[in-house]
Amino acid sequence: MSLRNTAQRYGLISVVLHWLMALGVIGLFSLGLWMTDLGYYSPYYTSAPFWHKSIGLVLAVLLVLRLVWRLANPKPDPLAGHRGWEISLSALVHLLLYLLLGIIVLSGYLISTAKGQGISLFGWLEVPALVTNLPDQADRAGAVHYWLAVSVIGLAALHALGALKHHLLDRDDTLRRMLGMRLKQGKES
Amino acid sequence: MKKTFAGLALGSLMALSGALQAADYVIDKEGQHASINFKISHLGYSFVYGRFNDFSGNFSWDADKPESSAVNVSINTDSVDSNHAERDKHLRSDDFLNVAEHPTATFESTGVEMTGDDTANVTGNLTLNGVTKPVVLDAKFIGEGDDPWGGYRAGFSGTTTLTLKDFDISRDLGPAAQDVELIITVEGVRQ
Repeated sequence: MSLRNTAQRYGLISVVLHWLMALGVIGLFSLGLWMTDLGYYSPYYTSAPFWHKSIGLVLAVLLVLRLVWRLANPKPDPLAGHRGWEISLSALVHLLLYLLLGIIVLSGYLISTAKGQGISLFGWLEVPALVTNLPDQADRAGAVHYWLAVSVIGLAALHALGALKHHLLDRDDTLRRMLGMRLKQGKES
Repeated sequence: MKKTFAGLALGSLMALSGALQAADYVIDKEGQHASINFKISHLGYSFVYGRFNDFSGNFSWDADKPESSAVNVSINTDSVDSNHAERDKHLRSDDFLNVAEHPTATFESTGVEMTGDDTANVTGNLTLNGVTKPVVLDAKFIGEGDDPWGGYRAGFSGTTTLTLKDFDISRDLGPAAQDVELIITVEGVRQ
C-alpha cells in the first residue's frame, strides 16, 4: 500500500487519518455525554473537559489535514458492483460527515471561548478566543454542538452499516480498501 | 365638636402626609450605579463572586417615614455572569437557574422594619427559579442628596442568604456551598 491514494484503493495516509478520526469522533462523543453528567465532586470533573477540548482541537487539525489530503489525492474509483444510488448516497454521507464535523469543532470552540477565555491544548499551549460575546453565544453554540454530534453519530452508523453491507453481503472490496487489506479483485480492477 | 376637630385635624394631617408621600426612585441601571451580586463558597476554600448584569427596579423612600418604603426589582436571569463562559452556561441550565423556563427573578418588598438609624430589615417575596419564598434583606441606607447633574439620588445596600435547595436548585456543590449570599447595592434617581 502506497502513502497516496490510487484509483484502486486508499493510501496509508488516508487510512490512518480515517481510523484515527473514527476513534476520535466516537471517543469524543462518549466522553462528552459522560462528562456533562458528572457530579461536582467527581475526580474527573475538571480533567474530562480538559481532555475533551484538547482531543477536539486535535480532531479539528486532523479534519483540515484530511480535507487537504483528499483534495491532493485521487479518490479511488467506485467498484464495479456499486450501484448508482449507493454512489450518490455515500457521497452525500461523506460530505455531511465532513461538514458536520467542521461545524461541531467550531461550535465547541465557540462555547469555551464565549467570554474571551482561550482553550488549553494538553496544557502545552493556549488557543486564543477569537470570536466572543455574540448574543447567547455559549448556549447557541452548545445546542449546535450537541445536536450535530448526535447527528454525526447517526450518520457514522449509517456509514458503517453501508461498509458492513458491502463487506458481508456484497463481499466486495469497499471496506477492505479502507482497512489496508489485500484486495480480492487484484490489481487489474 | 372636639371630636370633629380632632377628626378634621387628623384628616388634614393625613392629607399633608399624602402630599409628603415617599418619593419614587428608579434604580439607575442605565448609568450602572447599581449591582446585584452573589457570593458562594468554593469547596469551603474560597468564594466565587458573580453578578446579574441585566435588571430593573424602583423603590419609594422617605427618610422621615422609612417604614413606608417599598422596593421592587426584576432580574433577567440569563444575564448571570461569573466571568467564565462554561460555568455561566451551566448556571443558566436547569441544573441551576433554568433560565429557559424561568427567565425572570423578582423581589417585591412587603414590609420595612427599622433596626437602627440607617439599617432595616426589608421583608419581601423573592421569586427565583419559579419558586416564591419570603426573604429578609439586611438593608442599609447609604445616603441621599442632589447629584451634580440636576437630579436627586438615594442609595442602599442589602444582603441576604439563600439556601439553594429552597429554590429547587438541586445541583449539589458540596457541603460548604449549600447557601449563596446575595449582595445588592442600588442607587435610585428620584422621579
